[in-house]
Amino acid sequence: MTWHAKDLIGLENLTRENIENILETADSFKEISSRAVKKVPALRGKTIVNLFFEPSTRTKTSFELAAKRLSADVLSFEVATSSISKGETIVDTAQNIEAMKVDCFVVRHSVSGAPELISRNVSSAVINAGDGCHEHPTQALLDLFTVKEALGRIEGIKIAIIGDILHSRVARSNIWGFSKLGAKVYACGPPTIVPAQLDRMGAVITYDIKEALQDADVVYILRLQKERQKENFLSSLKEYSMYYGIDGIKYGMIKKGAVIMHPGPMNRGVEIKSEIAEKENALILDQVTNGIAVRMSVLYLTTGSIK
Amino acid sequence: MDILIKNGNVLEPAQATEGICDILVRQGRIARVAKNIKAEGSCRVIEAKGLYVMPGLIDMHCHLREPGREDEETIYNGSLSAARGGFTTICCMPNTSPALDSKVAISFVKHRALAAACDVLPVGAITINREGRELASFGEMAQEGACAFSDDGDCIMDSLIMRRALEYTKLYGKKVISHAEDKFLSKNGVMNEGALSVQMGLIGIPRQAEEIMVSRDVCLAELTGGLLHVAHLSTREAVEVMKRAKRSCPGISCEVTIHHLSLTEEAVGGYNANAKVSPPLRTARDQKALIEGVKDGTIDCIVTDNAPHSQEEKESGFENAPFGMVGFETALPLSLELAERGVPLLQVVSRWTAGPARILGLEDRGSISEGKRADIIVVDPGKEWTCTEESLQSKSKNTPFLGRRMKGKVSVTVCNGKIVFEDKASREKR
Repeated sequence: MTWHAKDLIGLENLTRENIENILETADSFKEISSRAVKKVPALRGKTIVNLFFEPSTRTKTSFELAAKRLSADVLSFEVATSSISKGETIVDTAQNIEAMKVDCFVVRHSVSGAPELISRNVSSAVINAGDGCHEHPTQALLDLFTVKEALGRIEGIKIAIIGDILHSRVARSNIWGFSKLGAKVYACGPPTIVPAQLDRMGAVITYDIKEALQDADVVYILRLQKERQKENFLSSLKEYSMYYGIDGIKYGMIKKGAVIMHPGPMNRGVEIKSEIAEKENALILDQVTNGIAVRMSVLYLTTGSIK
Repeated sequence: MDILIKNGNVLEPAQATEGICDILVRQGRIARVAKNIKAEGSCRVIEAKGLYVMPGLIDMHCHLREPGREDEETIYNGSLSAARGGFTTICCMPNTSPALDSKVAISFVKHRALAAACDVLPVGAITINREGRELASFGEMAQEGACAFSDDGDCIMDSLIMRRALEYTKLYGKKVISHAEDKFLSKNGVMNEGALSVQMGLIGIPRQAEEIMVSRDVCLAELTGGLLHVAHLSTREAVEVMKRAKRSCPGISCEVTIHHLSLTEEAVGGYNANAKVSPPLRTARDQKALIEGVKDGTIDCIVTDNAPHSQEEKESGFENAPFGMVGFETALPLSLELAERGVPLLQVVSRWTAGPARILGLEDRGSISEGKRADIIVVDPGKEWTCTEESLQSKSKNTPFLGRRMKGKVSVTVCNGKIVFEDKASREKR
C-alpha cells in the first residue's frame, strides 16, 4: 500500500505501513543528491510554498532543496508575527497565497495546531514543518531513516530521548514514530520537563540518566532552550549539564555500537559536550543529509498525488 | 392583554411538582394556576398540549460584551438570543471595556437593558478595573441595580482583598461570585492538563488550580460569614470541597456550566478553539462528578457562561484564541439530554430557575405559582433542529455544537407577562 495523503500533520495519525512507505520512498530518492546533476522531474510544474511563521534556517533550507531537487518551484518566506497582529489571520495568509494557485504549503508555526487549522481551510497539500510543542513529523521521519540506515533496523531497539520533552515537538513525533516501528522509547530528563503522561504515548519515563543510557542503541539528545531556566523549569543550566548533559562520563555508560543523535542546533557544552558531537558514532550530520531525501519523499507522496 | 397557557405539562421546581394545568397571566403576574381556566375578555390563548411549561430560565452567568465589544455581542441582541433560548433573566458579567466597576457603568447597562427582550441584571466588579487590588464601590453599585459582584475571568489572588469583599457582602446581601483559579498555577495554560494536553503539545491547566482557590474561598467564607458563590466548577475535587463546605457553611453556593456537564476535553481535539473555555473542559470522571453534584444538590445552579467571541479571534490558532463559547440557545436541549442521562427533569429545571432565584434573592422568580412574576416558557421537548450559524440569533457563533442535532426547542417565552419570543414555525404547525 502506497501512502498518498493530502497532508502530513503528524506521526500520531500514520500507521506503521505509512511510515515504512515514506522511508522506502526516501531511500530511492537519497541517491539523487549524490549525483552530479541533482535533479529529477518528479514535481515539475508544482509550486511549493514554505510558510514559516517562526524563524528557521535548517528546516526551511532542507525543504527548499528537497523541492528543488524534485524540480518544483519553491517560494519561501518567513511571515513576521507582527503582520499577524496587524490583523491578518493565519488562515487569511494561507488562503491569499493559495489564490495564486499553489500546490503545497510547508508550514511552521509557534502555535500547536496551526498546520491543522490551515489544512482545514485550503485544498492544497499541507506539510507540518513543526508546530508549537506538538509535532515535527519530517524530523522524526529523517531520524527513523538515519537509525535504520546506521543500525539496519528499528524493531526491538532501545532509544533514549534526553532533555526538554515537555516543550519538544521533535520528541513527540519521535515517540510516536519509534513506538510505531517497534522500538522501546525511554524519555529522560528532570520531572519539570518530562511529563508523566508521556507513558500514554508509549514512552517509558525515567529521571535517571543511567537507566536511560543503559543498553540504549540510540541516544537522542534534545536541544535545551536556555530560557527554560528563567521559567524555573530548571534550577540552573550548570546543574542540568551535570545530571543530563552528555559528557565523557555519561558517554562511558553507553554501550558499544550505539549511536548519538541530535536534531540541532546544538548548545555545545549544555546538553552535549563538543567532543561527544565529534565522535564517530555521532550521526548528527547524517541526520541533516537524510533530511533532504525524507522531505523529497514526503513532498512527492503528498503533492505528487494532487492532480 | 391576558395570556392563557392551556393544557401544558407544568413543571413547578420550587414545589417540585408537575402536572397538566392552565396558567393565567395578568398584568405581568401569574394570576391563576388551575385546571380548565376559561378565557375571558381579551386574552391570548397558547395551546401547550404535549409541551412543557416551566418558569423562565435564569442565567446568573453570561457575558454580553457591551460596552466595548459590540462587534461580538450587544445587550439588546444578547437578550434576543437569551429569550430564544428560554431565558427571562440573565446576569451579565462585568469584564467589559470599561469594566462594570462603578455606579455609572451599572446604570449604563440598566439603561440599555430597558429595550432588552428579557431582564438583564448587571454583575458589578469586585475590584476597580477588575485588577484585584482595590475594592469597587459595592454600595453604590448595589443601589444602582448590581445583582452580585464578581471579577469573573480573573481570580482575586490576594486573599486579603477577597476577605474584605466577602465581609462587604453582609452589608448589602449580594453574593460575591468567585472565579476560582490559581493564576500562577494555571499560567499560560489553554486546556485541561493531562495525557491529551501532553500529546497535543499544549500547556495544561491542572485541576488543582481550581481546587486550591475553591478551598481558599471556602476558608474565607467560614472566616467572614460572607455570601460566597463559586462560579463554574469543573473538577470532581472542587465538587467534593463544596460538598464538605456546605455542611458547615450554609451561606455558600456554586454553579456549573451546561458545557461542563455536556462535554469533556475530547472536544478540543483537532485544536477546536470553539471548545476552548475557562475553566477548561475536563475528563469524563469530572463530568460524572459534576452531574452527580447537580443531582445531590451540591451544585445549586446551572449557567451558560455565554461568552461571545469574534470568528477572527477564535481562528487565530488554539493557543492565541480567547476562552469562551456562546450558550443561550443550546442550553435547553442540552439540559433535556441531561434529563435523559439520569438527572430527574424537575431537578434540572430547578437548577436553572428556583436555584439561581434563591441565590440572587429574586423571590418572585423561578416558580410557577400565583402572585409570582410571569416569567414562563413553553418548550417542545420533541422538536429536533440542527445547530448552525444561521440558526443562532447570537451575534457570535463560537460554539462547538455547530452541526450538532439538537432535540427540544422553546416555543414561547413570556417575560414579565409579555411574549418576548415565539417560534413561528411551531405556532403554524399547531
